[in-house]
Amino acid sequence: MGWSMMLSGHRTWLFKNEPVIVSTGTVGGPFEARGKIPEDFDLLHEDIWLRQDSFEKAQKVLIEEACQKAMEKGGVQIEQVQFFLGGDLINQITPTSFAAKTFEVPYLGLFGACSTSMEGLALSAFIINYGGSTCLMTGASSHNAATEKQFRYPTEYGGQKPPTSQWTVTGAGVALLKDKGDGPKVTSATIGRVIDMGLTDPFNMGGAMAPAAVDTIEVHLKERGIDPSYYDLIVTGDLGHIGREVSLDLLKKHGIKITEEQFQDCGLMIYREGQPVLAGASGAGCSASVVYGHLLNRMKNGEFKRMLVVATGALLSPLTFQQKETIPCIAHAVSIEIGGQKT
Amino acid sequence: MSNNKKKNLTPVQQEYQKFQDEREVKRPVIKNCIKAFFVGGVICIIGQAIQTFFIYNFDFTEQTAGNPTVAVMIFISMLLTGFGVYDRLAQFGGAGSAVPVTGFGNAVISAAIEHRTEGFVLGVGGNMFKLAGSVIMFGVFSAFVIAIVKTILVQWGGL
Repeated sequence: MGWSMMLSGHRTWLFKNEPVIVSTGTVGGPFEARGKIPEDFDLLHEDIWLRQDSFEKAQKVLIEEACQKAMEKGGVQIEQVQFFLGGDLINQITPTSFAAKTFEVPYLGLFGACSTSMEGLALSAFIINYGGSTCLMTGASSHNAATEKQFRYPTEYGGQKPPTSQWTVTGAGVALLKDKGDGPKVTSATIGRVIDMGLTDPFNMGGAMAPAAVDTIEVHLKERGIDPSYYDLIVTGDLGHIGREVSLDLLKKHGIKITEEQFQDCGLMIYREGQPVLAGASGAGCSASVVYGHLLNRMKNGEFKRMLVVATGALLSPLTFQQKETIPCIAHAVSIEIGGQKT
Repeated sequence: MSNNKKKNLTPVQQEYQKFQDEREVKRPVIKNCIKAFFVGGVICIIGQAIQTFFIYNFDFTEQTAGNPTVAVMIFISMLLTGFGVYDRLAQFGGAGSAVPVTGFGNAVISAAIEHRTEGFVLGVGGNMFKLAGSVIMFGVFSAFVIAIVKTILVQWGGL
Protein backbone atom coordinates (compact mmCIF):
# COMPACT_ATOMS: atom_id res chain seq x y z
CA MET A 1 0.00 0.00 0.00
CA GLY A 2 3.02 2.25 0.11
CA TRP A 3 2.47 3.75 3.57
CA SER A 4 5.84 5.42 3.57
CA MET A 5 5.20 7.33 0.36
CA MET A 6 2.21 9.24 1.70
CA LEU A 7 4.17 12.39 2.46
CA SER A 8 5.30 14.25 -0.60
CA GLY A 9 7.84 16.95 0.06
CA HIS A 10 7.56 18.54 3.49
CA ARG A 11 3.86 19.05 4.01
CA THR A 12 1.77 17.48 1.30
CA TRP A 13 -0.13 14.28 1.94
CA LEU A 14 -1.08 12.08 -0.99
CA PHE A 15 -4.16 9.99 -0.33
CA LYS A 16 -3.57 6.95 -2.49
CA ASN A 17 -6.60 5.15 -1.12
CA GLU A 18 -8.74 8.08 -2.22
CA PRO A 19 -11.28 8.71 0.54
CA VAL A 20 -14.69 9.55 -0.89
CA ILE A 21 -17.02 12.42 -0.01
CA VAL A 22 -20.21 10.35 -0.20
CA SER A 23 -22.55 13.14 0.83
CA THR A 24 -22.67 16.65 2.24
CA GLY A 25 -25.05 18.83 4.19
CA THR A 26 -25.24 22.59 3.95
CA VAL A 27 -27.43 24.97 5.92
CA GLY A 28 -27.70 28.73 5.58
CA GLY A 29 -29.46 31.76 6.98
CA PRO A 30 -31.80 34.38 5.50
CA PHE A 31 -29.05 36.52 4.00
CA GLU A 32 -27.65 33.47 2.21
CA ALA A 33 -31.16 32.58 1.03
CA ARG A 34 -31.26 35.90 -0.83
CA GLY A 35 -27.78 35.32 -2.23
CA LYS A 36 -26.49 33.93 -5.48
CA ILE A 37 -26.61 30.20 -4.74
CA PRO A 38 -29.68 29.45 -2.56
CA GLU A 39 -30.50 26.26 -4.50
CA ASP A 40 -27.17 24.76 -3.42
CA PHE A 41 -28.15 24.80 0.26
CA ASP A 42 -30.00 21.80 1.66
CA LEU A 43 -31.75 23.96 4.19
CA LEU A 44 -32.23 27.70 4.53
CA HIS A 45 -33.58 29.58 7.52
CA GLU A 46 -35.78 32.63 7.42
CA ASP A 47 -34.66 33.78 10.88
CA ILE A 48 -31.08 34.17 12.15
CA TRP A 49 -32.19 33.01 15.60
CA LEU A 50 -33.29 29.58 14.26
CA ARG A 51 -35.95 29.62 16.98
CA GLN A 52 -33.23 29.58 19.66
CA ASP A 53 -32.76 32.16 22.40
CA SER A 54 -29.15 32.98 21.57
CA PHE A 55 -27.03 33.27 18.42
CA GLU A 56 -24.57 30.72 19.79
CA LYS A 57 -27.34 28.17 20.22
CA ALA A 58 -28.53 29.00 16.72
CA GLN A 59 -25.07 28.19 15.41
CA LYS A 60 -25.12 24.85 17.21
CA VAL A 61 -28.40 24.05 15.44
CA LEU A 62 -26.83 24.99 12.08
CA ILE A 63 -24.14 22.35 12.63
CA GLU A 64 -26.60 19.72 13.87
CA GLU A 65 -28.83 20.22 10.85
CA ALA A 66 -25.92 20.12 8.40
CA CYS A 67 -24.76 16.84 9.98
CA GLN A 68 -28.27 15.42 9.80
CA LYS A 69 -28.61 16.38 6.14
CA ALA A 70 -25.24 14.82 5.29
CA MET A 71 -26.21 11.57 7.04
CA GLU A 72 -29.66 11.54 5.46
CA LYS A 73 -28.28 12.04 1.95
CA GLY A 74 -25.52 9.48 2.51
CA GLY A 75 -27.98 6.92 3.85
CA VAL A 76 -26.00 6.62 7.06
CA GLN A 77 -27.24 6.33 10.65
CA ILE A 78 -25.51 8.24 13.41
CA GLU A 79 -24.26 4.94 14.92
CA GLN A 80 -22.25 4.28 11.76
CA VAL A 81 -20.38 7.59 11.98
CA GLN A 82 -17.14 6.84 13.80
CA PHE A 83 -15.70 10.33 14.25
CA PHE A 84 -16.69 13.95 13.93
CA LEU A 85 -14.09 16.64 13.25
CA GLY A 86 -15.17 20.23 13.23
CA GLY A 87 -14.80 23.74 14.47
CA ASP A 88 -16.03 27.31 14.37
CA LEU A 89 -15.03 30.84 15.36
CA ILE A 90 -16.70 31.20 18.74
CA ASN A 91 -14.70 31.14 21.99
CA GLN A 92 -13.62 27.60 22.85
CA ILE A 93 -15.51 26.41 19.72
CA THR A 94 -18.58 25.70 21.86
CA PRO A 95 -21.20 25.52 19.07
CA THR A 96 -19.34 22.60 17.45
CA SER A 97 -18.59 20.87 20.76
CA PHE A 98 -22.21 21.26 21.86
CA ALA A 99 -23.40 19.82 18.56
CA ALA A 100 -21.00 16.90 19.10
CA LYS A 101 -22.60 16.43 22.52
CA THR A 102 -25.97 15.98 20.81
CA PHE A 103 -24.64 13.29 18.48
CA GLU A 104 -22.48 11.50 21.05
CA VAL A 105 -19.93 10.70 18.34
CA PRO A 106 -16.20 10.58 19.15
CA TYR A 107 -15.14 14.13 18.45
CA LEU A 108 -12.06 16.17 17.59
CA GLY A 109 -12.55 19.92 17.92
CA LEU A 110 -10.53 22.01 15.51
CA PHE A 111 -9.63 25.65 15.34
CA GLY A 112 -8.16 27.14 12.20
CA ALA A 113 -10.43 30.18 12.03
CA CYS A 114 -11.89 30.27 8.51
CA SER A 115 -9.48 27.56 7.32
CA THR A 116 -11.18 25.02 9.62
CA SER A 117 -13.19 23.45 6.78
CA MET A 118 -10.10 22.24 4.93
CA GLU A 119 -8.17 21.52 8.12
CA GLY A 120 -11.00 19.13 8.94
CA LEU A 121 -11.18 17.65 5.45
CA ALA A 122 -7.40 17.11 5.28
CA LEU A 123 -7.33 15.35 8.66
CA SER A 124 -10.44 13.32 7.87
CA ALA A 125 -8.99 12.14 4.57
CA PHE A 126 -5.75 11.30 6.35
CA ILE A 127 -7.54 9.24 8.99
CA ILE A 128 -9.57 7.33 6.41
CA ASN A 129 -6.64 6.88 4.06
CA TYR A 130 -4.63 5.25 6.84
CA GLY A 131 -7.50 2.98 7.85
CA GLY A 132 -8.21 4.87 11.05
CA SER A 133 -11.88 5.01 10.15
CA THR A 134 -14.24 3.92 7.40
CA CYS A 135 -16.91 6.56 7.93
CA LEU A 136 -16.62 10.00 9.50
CA MET A 137 -17.98 13.52 9.31
CA THR A 138 -16.19 16.84 9.14
CA GLY A 139 -17.45 20.37 8.93
CA ALA A 140 -17.25 24.01 9.88
CA SER A 141 -19.73 26.74 10.62
CA SER A 142 -20.12 30.40 11.38
CA HIS A 143 -22.99 32.66 12.40
CA ASN A 144 -22.93 36.30 11.37
CA ALA A 145 -24.31 37.79 14.60
CA ALA A 146 -22.43 35.44 16.93
CA THR A 147 -19.16 36.19 15.14
CA GLU A 148 -19.73 39.95 15.04
CA LYS A 149 -20.40 39.83 18.77
CA GLN A 150 -17.24 37.82 19.36
CA PHE A 151 -14.84 39.76 17.17
CA ARG A 152 -16.32 43.20 16.57
CA TYR A 153 -19.18 45.29 17.85
CA PRO A 154 -22.75 44.50 18.88
CA THR A 155 -24.91 43.57 15.90
CA GLU A 156 -27.02 46.73 16.05
CA TYR A 157 -24.12 49.09 16.76
CA GLY A 158 -23.78 51.80 14.15
CA GLY A 159 -20.15 51.65 13.11
CA GLN A 160 -19.21 52.42 9.54
CA LYS A 161 -17.31 49.55 7.95
CA PRO A 162 -14.56 50.27 5.43
CA PRO A 163 -14.77 48.88 1.87
CA THR A 164 -12.20 46.21 2.76
CA SER A 165 -14.37 44.56 5.40
CA GLN A 166 -16.23 41.32 4.77
CA TRP A 167 -19.57 39.82 5.74
CA THR A 168 -19.52 36.70 7.94
CA VAL A 169 -21.62 33.90 6.50
CA THR A 170 -24.39 32.37 8.58
CA GLY A 171 -24.04 28.79 7.54
CA ALA A 172 -22.61 25.36 8.10
CA GLY A 173 -21.19 22.77 5.74
CA VAL A 174 -20.56 19.15 6.65
CA ALA A 175 -19.08 16.34 4.56
CA LEU A 176 -19.50 12.65 5.16
CA LEU A 177 -16.41 10.69 4.15
CA LYS A 178 -16.04 6.98 3.58
CA ASP A 179 -13.17 4.75 2.54
CA LYS A 180 -15.12 3.68 -0.55
CA GLY A 181 -18.24 4.61 -2.39
CA ASP A 182 -19.47 6.95 -5.08
CA GLY A 183 -18.59 10.58 -5.15
CA PRO A 184 -15.77 13.08 -5.42
CA LYS A 185 -12.47 11.82 -4.01
CA VAL A 186 -10.01 13.58 -1.77
CA THR A 187 -6.64 13.04 -3.41
CA SER A 188 -4.15 15.21 -1.54
CA ALA A 189 -3.73 17.92 1.05
CA THR A 190 -1.12 20.52 1.85
CA ILE A 191 -0.95 21.81 5.39
CA GLY A 192 -0.35 25.53 5.75
CA ARG A 193 2.28 27.44 7.67
CA VAL A 194 1.37 30.41 9.80
CA ILE A 195 2.35 33.49 7.83
CA ASP A 196 2.37 37.00 9.22
CA MET A 197 3.06 39.91 6.91
CA GLY A 198 2.67 42.42 9.70
CA LEU A 199 -0.79 43.65 8.77
CA THR A 200 -2.87 44.95 11.66
CA ASP A 201 -6.22 45.99 10.20
CA PRO A 202 -8.92 43.52 11.30
CA PHE A 203 -11.21 45.05 8.69
CA ASN A 204 -8.92 43.87 5.90
CA MET A 205 -8.67 40.12 6.36
CA GLY A 206 -8.36 39.42 2.65
CA GLY A 207 -5.17 41.45 2.38
CA ALA A 208 -3.75 39.77 5.47
CA MET A 209 -4.59 36.22 4.36
CA ALA A 210 -3.51 36.44 0.71
CA PRO A 211 0.19 35.59 1.33
CA ALA A 212 -0.79 32.46 3.27
CA ALA A 213 -2.96 31.29 0.37
CA VAL A 214 -0.19 31.99 -2.13
CA ASP A 215 2.39 30.15 -0.01
CA THR A 216 0.21 27.05 0.33
CA ILE A 217 -0.72 27.00 -3.38
CA GLU A 218 2.92 27.30 -4.47
CA VAL A 219 4.08 24.60 -2.09
CA HIS A 220 1.21 22.33 -3.06
CA LEU A 221 1.99 22.56 -6.79
CA LYS A 222 5.70 22.05 -6.18
CA GLU A 223 5.35 19.14 -3.79
CA ARG A 224 2.76 17.39 -5.91
CA GLY A 225 4.90 18.06 -8.96
CA ILE A 226 2.07 19.49 -11.02
CA ASP A 227 1.31 22.55 -13.08
CA PRO A 228 -1.62 24.86 -12.13
CA SER A 229 -3.34 23.73 -15.33
CA TYR A 230 -3.82 20.33 -13.65
CA TYR A 231 -6.73 21.90 -11.78
CA ASP A 232 -9.86 23.13 -13.47
CA LEU A 233 -10.45 25.33 -10.47
CA ILE A 234 -8.29 26.67 -7.66
CA VAL A 235 -10.65 28.15 -5.15
CA THR A 236 -9.73 30.11 -2.04
CA GLY A 237 -11.87 30.21 1.10
CA ASP A 238 -12.74 33.80 1.86
CA LEU A 239 -10.23 36.25 0.45
CA GLY A 240 -12.85 38.59 -0.98
CA HIS A 241 -12.20 41.10 -3.76
CA ILE A 242 -9.01 42.56 -2.34
CA GLY A 243 -7.44 39.33 -1.15
CA ARG A 244 -8.20 37.59 -4.43
CA GLU A 245 -6.68 40.35 -6.49
CA VAL A 246 -3.60 40.54 -4.28
CA SER A 247 -3.00 36.79 -4.35
CA LEU A 248 -3.61 36.51 -8.08
CA ASP A 249 -1.06 39.25 -8.72
CA LEU A 250 1.32 37.67 -6.22
CA LEU A 251 1.05 34.27 -7.93
CA LYS A 252 1.69 35.89 -11.31
CA LYS A 253 4.65 37.77 -9.88
CA HIS A 254 6.06 34.47 -8.65
CA GLY A 255 5.70 32.99 -12.12
CA ILE A 256 2.77 30.65 -11.42
CA LYS A 257 0.67 30.40 -14.56
CA ILE A 258 -2.86 30.74 -13.37
CA THR A 259 -5.81 32.30 -15.16
CA GLU A 260 -8.49 34.69 -13.85
CA GLU A 261 -11.29 32.16 -14.53
CA GLN A 262 -9.38 29.32 -12.92
CA PHE A 263 -8.70 31.24 -9.71
CA GLN A 264 -11.92 31.83 -7.80
CA ASP A 265 -12.94 32.66 -4.25
CA CYS A 266 -15.80 31.18 -2.19
CA GLY A 267 -16.28 34.59 -0.58
CA LEU A 268 -17.30 35.99 -3.94
CA MET A 269 -19.66 33.17 -4.90
CA ILE A 270 -22.23 33.14 -2.14
CA TYR A 271 -23.80 36.61 -2.32
CA ARG A 272 -25.39 38.60 -5.09
CA GLU A 273 -24.20 41.91 -6.44
CA GLY A 274 -25.91 44.60 -4.45
CA GLN A 275 -26.00 42.77 -1.13
CA PRO A 276 -24.15 45.00 1.36
CA VAL A 277 -21.19 42.70 1.88
CA LEU A 278 -18.43 45.17 0.86
CA ALA A 279 -15.34 43.11 -0.07
CA GLY A 280 -17.13 39.73 0.02
CA ALA A 281 -18.08 36.93 2.37
CA SER A 282 -15.99 35.39 5.14
CA GLY A 283 -16.29 33.05 8.08
CA ALA A 284 -15.62 29.38 8.71
CA GLY A 285 -19.03 28.58 7.25
CA CYS A 286 -18.19 30.37 3.99
CA SER A 287 -15.79 27.87 2.42
CA ALA A 288 -17.57 24.96 4.14
CA SER A 289 -21.01 25.72 2.72
CA VAL A 290 -19.81 26.87 -0.72
CA VAL A 291 -17.47 23.90 -1.28
CA TYR A 292 -19.75 21.24 0.16
CA GLY A 293 -22.80 22.71 -1.54
CA HIS A 294 -22.30 24.78 -4.67
CA LEU A 295 -18.89 23.54 -5.84
CA LEU A 296 -19.41 19.82 -5.28
CA ASN A 297 -22.78 20.09 -7.02
CA ARG A 298 -21.11 21.69 -10.03
CA MET A 299 -18.47 18.98 -9.94
CA LYS A 300 -21.10 16.24 -9.90
CA ASN A 301 -22.86 17.95 -12.81
CA GLY A 302 -19.67 17.47 -14.78
CA GLU A 303 -18.73 21.15 -15.01
CA PHE A 304 -15.20 20.40 -13.86
CA LYS A 305 -13.20 17.44 -12.67
CA ARG A 306 -10.41 18.64 -10.43
CA MET A 307 -10.35 21.41 -7.90
CA LEU A 308 -7.99 22.61 -5.24
CA VAL A 309 -9.69 24.20 -2.27
CA VAL A 310 -7.48 26.60 -0.32
CA ALA A 311 -9.30 27.65 2.86
CA THR A 312 -7.73 30.69 4.46
CA GLY A 313 -7.88 31.69 8.10
CA ALA A 314 -6.86 34.75 10.09
CA LEU A 315 -5.65 33.54 13.48
CA LEU A 316 -6.33 36.67 15.48
CA SER A 317 -8.54 37.36 18.46
CA PRO A 318 -10.07 40.63 19.70
CA LEU A 319 -7.50 40.52 22.49
CA THR A 320 -4.45 40.24 20.22
CA PHE A 321 -5.81 43.05 18.07
CA GLN A 322 -6.28 45.34 21.06
CA GLN A 323 -2.80 44.48 22.27
CA LYS A 324 -1.54 45.76 18.90
CA GLU A 325 -0.38 42.38 17.64
CA THR A 326 -0.24 41.73 13.92
CA ILE A 327 -2.54 39.24 12.18
CA PRO A 328 -1.06 35.77 11.60
CA CYS A 329 -2.76 33.80 8.85
CA ILE A 330 -2.90 30.26 7.56
CA ALA A 331 -4.20 28.38 4.53
CA HIS A 332 -4.79 24.66 4.06
CA ALA A 333 -5.23 23.15 0.61
CA VAL A 334 -7.14 20.00 -0.24
CA SER A 335 -7.59 18.61 -3.74
CA ILE A 336 -10.92 17.09 -4.65
CA GLU A 337 -11.19 15.14 -7.87
CA ILE A 338 -13.95 13.23 -9.54
CA GLY A 339 -13.19 10.04 -11.38
CA GLY A 340 -9.84 9.48 -9.72
CA GLN A 341 -6.41 10.92 -10.26
CA LYS A 342 -4.95 11.70 -13.63
CA THR A 343 -1.41 10.41 -13.32
CA MET B 1 1.53 53.70 8.92
CA SER B 2 4.20 55.49 10.88
CA ASN B 3 7.86 54.99 10.13
CA ASN B 4 8.42 53.81 13.66
CA LYS B 5 6.09 50.88 13.11
CA LYS B 6 7.67 50.06 9.77
CA LYS B 7 11.08 49.65 11.38
CA ASN B 8 9.95 46.50 13.16
CA LEU B 9 8.99 44.84 9.92
CA THR B 10 11.23 42.63 7.85
CA PRO B 11 11.98 43.71 4.26
CA VAL B 12 9.68 40.95 2.98
CA GLN B 13 6.84 42.24 5.14
CA GLN B 14 7.46 45.82 4.02
CA GLU B 15 7.51 44.77 0.40
CA TYR B 16 4.26 42.86 0.76
CA GLN B 17 2.54 45.69 2.62
CA LYS B 18 3.41 48.06 -0.20
CA PHE B 19 2.15 45.49 -2.71
CA GLN B 20 -1.07 45.02 -0.74
CA ASP B 21 -1.55 48.72 -0.19
CA GLU B 22 -1.58 49.39 -3.93
CA ARG B 23 -4.50 46.97 -4.31
CA GLU B 24 -6.45 47.87 -1.19
CA VAL B 25 -9.69 49.79 -1.67
CA LYS B 26 -9.40 52.91 0.46
CA ARG B 27 -12.13 54.51 2.51
CA PRO B 28 -13.76 57.22 0.40
CA VAL B 29 -12.90 59.92 2.97
CA ILE B 30 -14.26 62.98 1.15
CA LYS B 31 -17.48 61.21 0.17
CA ASN B 32 -17.85 59.95 3.75
CA CYS B 33 -17.32 63.48 5.11
CA ILE B 34 -20.01 64.92 2.85
CA LYS B 35 -22.47 62.17 3.77
CA ALA B 36 -21.63 62.59 7.46
CA PHE B 37 -22.21 66.34 7.18
CA PHE B 38 -25.69 65.87 5.76
CA VAL B 39 -26.77 62.93 7.96
CA GLY B 40 -25.47 64.69 11.08
CA GLY B 41 -27.10 67.91 9.91
CA VAL B 42 -30.48 66.24 9.44
CA ILE B 43 -30.28 64.66 12.91
CA CYS B 44 -29.51 68.10 14.37
CA ILE B 45 -32.40 69.72 12.47
CA ILE B 46 -34.75 67.10 13.94
CA GLY B 47 -33.30 67.85 17.38
CA GLN B 48 -33.77 71.55 16.82
CA ALA B 49 -37.38 71.02 15.75
CA ILE B 50 -38.08 69.02 18.91
CA GLN B 51 -36.48 71.68 21.07
CA THR B 52 -38.52 74.41 19.43
CA PHE B 53 -41.62 72.26 19.93
CA PHE B 54 -40.89 72.04 23.66
CA ILE B 55 -40.24 75.76 23.99
CA TYR B 56 -43.43 76.82 22.18
CA ASN B 57 -45.83 74.21 23.51
CA PHE B 58 -44.61 73.73 27.06
CA ASP B 59 -43.16 75.82 29.79
CA PHE B 60 -39.51 75.46 28.73
CA THR B 61 -36.85 78.03 28.06
CA GLU B 62 -33.97 77.63 25.65
CA GLN B 63 -31.82 76.49 28.58
CA THR B 64 -34.24 73.97 30.09
CA ALA B 65 -35.51 72.48 26.80
CA GLY B 66 -32.20 70.64 26.30
CA ASN B 67 -32.93 67.75 28.65
CA PRO B 68 -36.31 66.67 27.25
CA THR B 69 -34.96 67.10 23.71
CA VAL B 70 -32.02 64.79 24.40
CA ALA B 71 -34.38 62.28 26.03
CA VAL B 72 -36.62 62.24 22.96
CA MET B 73 -33.66 61.93 20.57
CA ILE B 74 -32.27 58.99 22.54
CA PHE B 75 -35.70 57.39 22.63
CA ILE B 76 -35.94 57.62 18.83
CA SER B 77 -32.40 56.25 18.55
CA MET B 78 -33.40 53.36 20.83
CA LEU B 79 -36.36 52.49 18.63
CA LEU B 80 -34.28 52.67 15.46
CA THR B 81 -31.58 50.50 17.07
CA GLY B 82 -34.11 47.92 18.24
CA PHE B 83 -35.73 47.73 14.83
CA GLY B 84 -32.33 47.23 13.20
CA VAL B 85 -32.32 50.50 11.26
CA TYR B 86 -29.66 52.53 13.03
CA ASP B 87 -26.71 50.36 11.98
CA ARG B 88 -27.77 50.71 8.34
CA LEU B 89 -28.09 54.45 8.71
CA ALA B 90 -24.61 54.46 10.25
CA GLN B 91 -23.05 52.51 7.37
CA PHE B 92 -24.26 55.33 5.15
CA GLY B 93 -23.82 58.30 7.47
CA GLY B 94 -20.65 57.30 9.36
CA ALA B 95 -19.59 59.98 11.80
CA GLY B 96 -22.80 61.89 11.01
CA SER B 97 -24.81 59.34 12.95
CA ALA B 98 -22.10 58.46 15.46
CA VAL B 99 -21.23 61.91 16.83
CA PRO B 100 -24.69 63.24 17.86
CA VAL B 101 -26.23 62.01 21.11
CA THR B 102 -28.23 59.45 19.11
CA GLY B 103 -24.97 57.66 18.31
CA PHE B 104 -24.13 57.50 21.98
CA GLY B 105 -27.59 56.10 22.66
CA ASN B 106 -27.10 53.52 19.92
CA ALA B 107 -23.78 52.39 21.45
CA VAL B 108 -25.42 51.81 24.85
CA ILE B 109 -28.60 50.23 23.54
CA SER B 110 -26.98 47.92 20.98
CA ALA B 111 -24.68 46.54 23.69
CA ALA B 112 -27.62 46.03 26.03
CA ILE B 113 -29.55 44.12 23.34
CA GLU B 114 -26.50 42.09 22.35
CA HIS B 115 -25.78 40.81 25.84
CA ARG B 116 -29.36 40.15 26.86
CA THR B 117 -28.73 36.40 26.46
CA GLU B 118 -26.17 36.47 29.28
CA GLY B 119 -28.76 37.70 31.79
CA PHE B 120 -29.76 41.08 33.18
CA VAL B 121 -27.00 41.54 35.75
CA LEU B 122 -23.83 40.21 34.13
CA GLY B 123 -25.12 40.49 30.57
CA VAL B 124 -27.07 43.72 30.17
CA GLY B 125 -25.75 45.48 33.27
CA GLY B 126 -22.16 44.46 32.82
CA ASN B 127 -21.89 45.14 29.10
CA MET B 128 -24.21 48.07 28.52
CA PHE B 129 -21.38 50.59 28.75
CA LYS B 130 -18.84 48.39 26.99
CA LEU B 131 -18.60 50.86 24.11
CA ALA B 132 -19.99 54.00 25.73
CA GLY B 133 -18.02 53.59 28.96
CA SER B 134 -14.85 55.10 27.56
CA VAL B 135 -16.84 58.06 26.22
CA ILE B 136 -18.19 58.71 29.71
CA MET B 137 -14.80 58.17 31.34
CA PHE B 138 -12.91 60.53 29.04
CA GLY B 139 -15.86 62.94 28.92
CA VAL B 140 -15.87 63.30 32.70
CA PHE B 141 -12.10 63.57 32.81
CA SER B 142 -12.04 66.26 30.10
CA ALA B 143 -14.73 68.21 31.97
CA PHE B 144 -12.63 67.94 35.13
CA VAL B 145 -9.54 69.31 33.39
CA ILE B 146 -11.52 72.15 31.80
CA ALA B 147 -13.07 72.96 35.21
CA ILE B 148 -9.62 73.21 36.77
CA VAL B 149 -8.40 75.47 33.97
CA LYS B 150 -11.48 77.65 34.38
CA THR B 151 -11.07 77.79 38.17
CA ILE B 152 -7.43 78.83 37.84
CA LEU B 153 -8.23 81.52 35.31
CA VAL B 154 -11.35 82.90 36.95
CA GLN B 155 -10.63 82.52 40.68
CA TRP B 156 -6.97 83.32 40.76
CA GLY B 157 -6.22 84.77 37.40
CA GLY B 158 -8.84 87.46 37.85
CA LEU B 159 -10.30 87.02 34.37
